[in-house]
Amino acid sequence: MLLQELSDARGVSGNEAAVREVILGAVKDHVDEQRVDTLGNLICLRKARRQAQGERCPHRVMVAAHMDEIGFIVTGVNGDGTLRFGKVGGIDDRILLSKQVLVGQDSVPGVIGYRPIHLIPRAERERVAEASKLVIDIGATNKGGAEKLVKLGDYVSFRTTFEVFGESELRAAKGKAFDDRAGCAVLTELLKEDYAFDLYAAFTAQEEVGLRGAKVAAYAINPEVALILEGTVCDDLPKKKDLSPVTEVGKGPVISFMDRSFIADRRLVKLLLDTATRLGIPHQLKQGAVGGTDAGAIHLTREGVPSAVVSVPVRYIHAPVSLLSLSDLDHTVHLVREALHTLEGGLES
Amino acid sequence: METIQLLRELSQASGVSGYEEPVRAVAYKAFEPYAHTLRTDTLGNLIALQKGTQSKGAKRRSIMLAAHMDEIGLMVTGMEEGFIRFTRVGGVDTRTILGQEVVVHGARPLPGIVASRPPHVLSPGEQEKPVPLDKLFVDGGLSAEGIADVVRVGDLITMRRDFLELAEGYVSGKAFDDRTGVVSLALTLEALSAMHHEWDVYAVATTQEEVGLRGAIASAYGVAPDIAIAVDVGFGAQQGVGDTESVAMDGGPAIARGPNIHPVLCERLVALAKDNELPHQIEVISGATGTDAWAIQVAREGIPTALLSIPLRYMHTTVETVCIRDIQRTARLMALFITSLNEDLAIALGL
Repeated sequence: MLLQELSDARGVSGNEAAVREVILGAVKDHVDEQRVDTLGNLICLRKARRQAQGERCPHRVMVAAHMDEIGFIVTGVNGDGTLRFGKVGGIDDRILLSKQVLVGQDSVPGVIGYRPIHLIPRAERERVAEASKLVIDIGATNKGGAEKLVKLGDYVSFRTTFEVFGESELRAAKGKAFDDRAGCAVLTELLKEDYAFDLYAAFTAQEEVGLRGAKVAAYAINPEVALILEGTVCDDLPKKKDLSPVTEVGKGPVISFMDRSFIADRRLVKLLLDTATRLGIPHQLKQGAVGGTDAGAIHLTREGVPSAVVSVPVRYIHAPVSLLSLSDLDHTVHLVREALHTLEGGLES
Repeated sequence: METIQLLRELSQASGVSGYEEPVRAVAYKAFEPYAHTLRTDTLGNLIALQKGTQSKGAKRRSIMLAAHMDEIGLMVTGMEEGFIRFTRVGGVDTRTILGQEVVVHGARPLPGIVASRPPHVLSPGEQEKPVPLDKLFVDGGLSAEGIADVVRVGDLITMRRDFLELAEGYVSGKAFDDRTGVVSLALTLEALSAMHHEWDVYAVATTQEEVGLRGAIASAYGVAPDIAIAVDVGFGAQQGVGDTESVAMDGGPAIARGPNIHPVLCERLVALAKDNELPHQIEVISGATGTDAWAIQVAREGIPTALLSIPLRYMHTTVETVCIRDIQRTARLMALFITSLNEDLAIALGL
């Protein structure tokens, strides 16, 4: 399964090459042109293969999904052979304890340990462990030994493997970096379809550190319309009912009205909703405006690009292991593919 | 016997206190080739006997080696909207389980994740407080309707963690406390099977240590050995833990001194380690050792007991880390000790 390869690939922001290789392998037979730009974005073109139905059919449509994931970077080597690290992207310090990681291009295994509960006074257990005092242990016993295996600036990712949980109605799957490898998987599928416009698939870099890849990709593509595909927040744990889950797993693709970074083009939102309703595709609206996406950069490119975001709901994004529904993933492919065909009739003015 | 492979199998096996059957099966397989008899007692302790060469007429002498095979874990307390509520079994620091993968031992083994909320939705200040137990859930990817067919209250939950080989002979995984001790027992039996020893050796993989040394209480009574050695893990030096409260990694077994330990046994262990140039260290424990040794010492009329600790980092997390050489040295020291046992020692101990 492509999602498995994408999830297992390591691609912390600024170091997306391994993910790009997986995508290149999957899309190469379906695209007419492909290039990697200076920030590491992979931009693929699938040229129009159908006759436009009317004059309003756009010529260039951009669909974007980001390749990068949150993680860490090695900032120092201690005398005892352990590694200091900084966070890349938004990570809650509280999820760091007792985790396995992989360091650098050679995937050197390591662990983030913590002090034994036996040695921690009760009062201290009521406080969050200070991330600045945590280290990565690779088994090296001194600085020289560690420096044979890793170097400053090595990227570090969580060591989490993809797996489908058996026999669940949700068709649940777990893995890392579903934000946004889920989007990458959807976008790869979409490239197998014929459209009446040139489809630019932008697999972007560095979303998690400030939507930086999308900014230059959108400038270069200069699209008339953009769709952004995400693996988005799904906070549907039981809690007091006045808190919104944002999205729910198993309820279909998520259409955003807005998020922290942009307000969706109302015509595109309507097109998506109408398409879903017409075809009976399960879907949901994102509740609340949490999170930012590449849309924030793309919709402000040049004179502005009408943009919308379609997401796969993902529980536990930005944590070592996430969960999504493969049914949601399938429905997202279906919805966006059909919405793109609807778009061949043009946007309302 | 391949040390790393055995530790890998023991670590991957589940065995929360009171439910040690899966890990006991692995320990059984490891002890069996070197044991004359094996039995499992009422509390689930696995007791392997390797007989010594002592002559029939004399009073039979025996030593008990104890290492606990149970692990800390979680237990299902309820279901809510398809998610699982749980409580702790043993000393789990709940701060370390956010985002951990687990297995719920329900009607079928159910993989799951200890759920965490993404930083995007947390209010300011919320990340400054640990998540309390009543806001922690396990997510097995089941619906609110389907979950009751698979999970029920009281089901056990174990941590799910790959065994990892690190650099320089270090390895990391779950439940090394005290599966490393069980490995050292198996290695000791293997070594002794090719050595001359007079005393009978009972290797006991004990149960329920993490909830109150319960397996050791019953098995020490049942085995009724003349002397005993407990093997457990000790706090290995790590970032944030000072030298004064830890033992050195790769420094060999830590031989304990203190009220829990019979001084004659301790001194003989130290002397043997020195004579054989075996790396070792001394650990002073001023009161309760929190190990099986504490229970064994006061079984029946009292049993002279020693304690060896294998240095281990990050105790009670899923990334417990040891140096494989320390496990092998611990076994070597026990084998040397056992071959040295004779009636003179029994007399010196007043047995």
